[in-house]
Amino acid sequence: MSSILEALTADEIAPVAEAGGGSILPLRLEGAVARIRGKTLIGPIDLTIGRRGLTIVMGPNGSGKTTLLRLMHGLQRVASGRVIWALPEGAVRARQAYVFQTPIMMRRSVVDCIAYPLILHGTARAEARAQAAGWARRIGLGHVLNQPAPVLSGGEKQKLALARALIRRPDILFLDEPCANLDGSAMRDIESILIQARQAGTRIVMATHDMGQARRLATDVLFMYGGKVHESAPAAAFFNQPQTTKAQAFIKGDIVE
Amino acid sequence: MDSIFQGLFQAFHLVLTLDPDLYRIMALSLRVTLTAVVIAAAIGLPLGAWLAVNRFRYRRLTIAVLNAFMGLPPVVVGLFIYLLLSRSGPLGVLGLLFTPAAMIIAQAILITPLIASIAHQAIRDLWSEYHDLLISLNATRAQRIKALLWDGRRALLTATLAGFGRAIGEVGAIMIVGGNIEYSTRVMTTAIALETSKGNLAFALGLGIVLIGLAVLVNLGIHWLGRTERASNW
Amino acid sequence: MRRLLKLMAISLAAALFAGTAPAETMKMAVTTSFENSGLGKVLLPEVKKDLGLDVKLLVVGTGAALRLGANGDVDAVLVHAKNAELKFMKQGNGLHRRLIMYNDFVLIGPKEDPVGIKKAKTAAEALKMIAAAKFPFVSRGDDSGTNKKELALWKEAGFDKADLKGSWYRAAGAGMGATLNVAAGMNAYTMSDRATWLKFGNKRDLALLFAGDPKLFNQYTLIPVNPKTHPGVRTDLALKLEDWLTSPKAAKLINGYRIKGEKLFTFNAKSAPE
Ligand SMILES: Nc1ncnc2c1ncn2[C@@H]1O[C@H](COP(=O)(O)OP(=O)(O)OP(=O)(O)O)[C@@H](O)[C@H]1O
Ligand SMILES: [Mg+2]
Repeated sequence: MSSILEALTADEIAPVAEAGGGSILPLRLEGAVARIRGKTLIGPIDLTIGRRGLTIVMGPNGSGKTTLLRLMHGLQRVASGRVIWALPEGAVRARQAYVFQTPIMMRRSVVDCIAYPLILHGTARAEARAQAAGWARRIGLGHVLNQPAPVLSGGEKQKLALARALIRRPDILFLDEPCANLDGSAMRDIESILIQARQAGTRIVMATHDMGQARRLATDVLFMYGGKVHESAPAAAFFNQPQTTKAQAFIKGDIVE
Repeated sequence: MDSIFQGLFQAFHLVLTLDPDLYRIMALSLRVTLTAVVIAAAIGLPLGAWLAVNRFRYRRLTIAVLNAFMGLPPVVVGLFIYLLLSRSGPLGVLGLLFTPAAMIIAQAILITPLIASIAHQAIRDLWSEYHDLLISLNATRAQRIKALLWDGRRALLTATLAGFGRAIGEVGAIMIVGGNIEYSTRVMTTAIALETSKGNLAFALGLGIVLIGLAVLVNLGIHWLGRTERASNW
Repeated sequence: MRRLLKLMAISLAAALFAGTAPAETMKMAVTTSFENSGLGKVLLPEVKKDLGLDVKLLVVGTGAALRLGANGDVDAVLVHAKNAELKFMKQGNGLHRRLIMYNDFVLIGPKEDPVGIKKAKTAAEALKMIAAAKFPFVSRGDDSGTNKKELALWKEAGFDKADLKGSWYRAAGAGMGATLNVAAGMNAYTMSDRATWLKFGNKRDLALLFAGDPKLFNQYTLIPVNPKTHPGVRTDLALKLEDWLTSPKAAKLINGYRIKGEKLFTFNAKSAPE
């Protein structure tokens, strides 16, 4: 593997929960519905995200993948039903992280962008920047540390967003198509970080359109269709014996409408 | 055409001979306008940011009023301040009429809506960009405003300089509340108006050219201080 | 070049931080025509020398000057519009009227004098000729002393304010200098005080065509603002200034003042206020 990445130690990446203190997982959705101006976007949805694993969310454009992730993360209001974490409301937001479908770059240098979540939560500036610089180097952004984040290439932006999401060592990491528009080697870099994070105990929920990536990473799969969870299964079962005709067609690469 | 060349000549002549009257009115122009800009920015920038991130009942109305106030006619503002500060007006006892303080007040009132409105637009755009990230990172309200003001500082500087530009070239309001008193409240613009009224067109134009030069220098100086044109290129 | 830049910066900085003079100061509203005459530049330094008094001038039209006085925003006014002054007094705004001096108005127009007012016997006759020819005439139209004087002359010539319209009669709504600028641009007739005309820098094809009718004389009056109706005004300083302006020294300075060799003002103060 010709990756420029340095290996991360479990210490650096393992969720804070692993070092003691309870996890905010599992997460349960009970009849959760997202609505905007009276129009139902997704739901009702019932599912459980357990403490371990890497869930891949698949489905055609507009099927509700992004909305589902936002609903779980709390960016999308729950119109009816419930989203329940294992710890009370106040404690959960700070233990999650989210990588957006289009990375949001603050108008700051790369190192300041990565350090920002730490600074927000009270880490001293110098310490936060040192940690951020370490992360940037490991993730392959060492050469652009002091460049303004908005001028990075698409792949570099995705890496920055990932480092920024992981730096506070969340219990759960949501990713919305983090590898769209990336070339093979950048994708490999990101996948390798995700694998290390997962092994260290970070729960991952990730939307992707890339069937190969899904097969490489998933422990289980949520197949979205028409705003509902159409099929949900462990990875091996989903890819080898999909239960629904829509999922079968989707895996074969047919156009699903 | 002749007058224009004479104006240019006058401008250089005035600047290079270190004409003390010229430097005095330039200094007063700067002092009045910069003070007004500092006051207006201290009110307008946070107000603009606040309007961008808060949802409340009369928000649209407030913003519409603010935008309308960008075009406040200076003479009307001047008249209003005059009536307030006149000895027979409600604030007459302060004795501020025909002092630089009155001119500062008038200019600050003129440009605060301009600064707030431009700041509001810039911060609103930045907020719609940052919104999801800042919510996801669990930033508090104060942290959000701080991040927006800091990351939007270039746009805010532009807003402030727009205010400076309007104030330094303003004549209607400060003529009324300052009185254009020689050695006391005469500034570049009122001096230009006076010279024009005397028919000294070339001299007036010379003063105008000096005023423009002064405004350019202040803009360059502020950009240099902010180092905004250097490291950043987004 | 470096040194020059440095000097320029120092000049600016020095001016920025310069303090204000500690002398006693008063404010006086004067008319544009007085300011444009340049007489203030001769008298005020002497006032400062003799009385230690700093007189700050607010240069506005007569209407605005009286308005500032009526609001108590100045300590004295120096104006030239008798009827308006009397009204000002009647409203209790002034302490008394004190005649100081007079100058005169002149009629200005295109050099070649297309209407021929040079041959007129009186100012009223000159105006009649302009109106008969419907040749463009620019009026201040700003309710100033000069404007009031002009309207009075028109009245004498048989024209009420209401008759003064049509494309030939233009009210500029501006000060004397601005009005002269308009007249120069249009090559029209207008009326100006002599001082502003002499000092005016943008004459183009205009020339002085008519003067000397006693009706064109223009009396300047000093009115200290009444402290009874306007507590807080510095009447003490205004009275000191009045004493000085009616003194033999002022008489000499006023009568001796010349622009381009021409005498402008005639001192006519009496020993007591009107
Ligand atoms: N703010 C919104 N207002 C109205 N409709 C919305 C809004 N956000 C999403 N939708 C609709 O909800 C549906 C689900 O959108 P979502 O973004 O979750 O799809 P997706 O599966 O992520 O698609 P893609 O693969 O293109 O990213 C779509 O039909 C979309 O048009
Ligand atoms: Mg999506």
